[in-house]
Amino acid sequence: MAQLEYNELETILYQKPEALEEHPFHFCPGCGHGIALRLVAEIIDELEIRERAICVASIGCSVNSYEYFNFDGLESAHGRAPAVATAIKRCHPHLIPFTYQGDGDLAAIGTAEIVHACARGENITTIFINNAIYGMTGGQMAPTTLTGMYSTSTPAGRKPSLAGYPIRVCEMLSTLEGTAYISRVALHSPAAVRKAKQAIKLAFRTQLAGLGMSLVEVLSPCPTNWRVEPVKALEWLAENMLPYYPLGEYKVIDAVAALKKEDHHA
Amino acid sequence: MATATQRKSNYVVIDSERCKGCHLCIAFCPKGVLKPASRINRMGYTPAEVNEKKTRECTGCGICALMCPDVAVTVHRLKKR
Repeated sequence: MAQLEYNELETILYQKPEALEEHPFHFCPGCGHGIALRLVAEIIDELEIRERAICVASIGCSVNSYEYFNFDGLESAHGRAPAVATAIKRCHPHLIPFTYQGDGDLAAIGTAEIVHACARGENITTIFINNAIYGMTGGQMAPTTLTGMYSTSTPAGRKPSLAGYPIRVCEMLSTLEGTAYISRVALHSPAAVRKAKQAIKLAFRTQLAGLGMSLVEVLSPCPTNWRVEPVKALEWLAENMLPYYPLGEYKVIDAVAALKKEDHHA
Repeated sequence: MATATQRKSNYVVIDSERCKGCHLCIAFCPKGVLKPASRINRMGYTPAEVNEKKTRECTGCGICALMCPDVAVTVHRLKKR
């Protein structure tokens, strides 16, 4: 880059964040986990907390997330990531533990853990990836699988008479006193991805300011188990998941709203 | 790979060995600068690549990098000195 002919400087607008390792993701083509992990890594870099951040991975496709982050991470028992993050935060209050969990982990086996972490108002952050299906095990029904949706364990579509109704995690947790910031975002369009990044950043800032439990639910595509192409998967997400899982902020306590305002002005 | 000395516009570089061929970048590029490659990479996927005829149309908006699930895109933007 010694000679630039056109009297112009070259800058790199987007590249791999430093908080991500060199090796590629193992996810299927078009998987939303890749986008979500990159957003988290970008935010860790922007907030300059790489030396203090600890990823607590869960079971599911999210299991290897600590392999991709270029900072400390550990693996918890199935569904118990909020409990492990609680322990880290209470023993080492200067660290920034966050859990990265899928819907099969957080909304099924780990429901008790997340509900009680929220009820206790632990000062941790949770990134909750909701793709409405069990990805890693081969596309079985998850608690978040939509009514009528195909999965390998509901081949005729999910029937409420047999399998009940999908859980809206954000709405449920926002009723608990201990939570400071609860938001639902999606990855179906560039605008939505930008909003997702803002929400995840605010969640981390909530923890940095010591305001309480922050959780961001990310509606994410799973093209392989939805049996559609990656581009179609995003359309499917927008058409089917958004009506049942409306996007937006479900709980923003006043102190977090002040943080957000400050961020907006900056 | 062309270097900055040959460039007159912003440009993107796609790491074809990281690319898994989901083609979300192609679907969302507002200028249609990207296209599927005519070859497969080591993993057996058809990577996205820059359409050489449309290189100059790239505005460097970064939407391809924003939507890429495999962090395969680097966006370079030229700035007036």
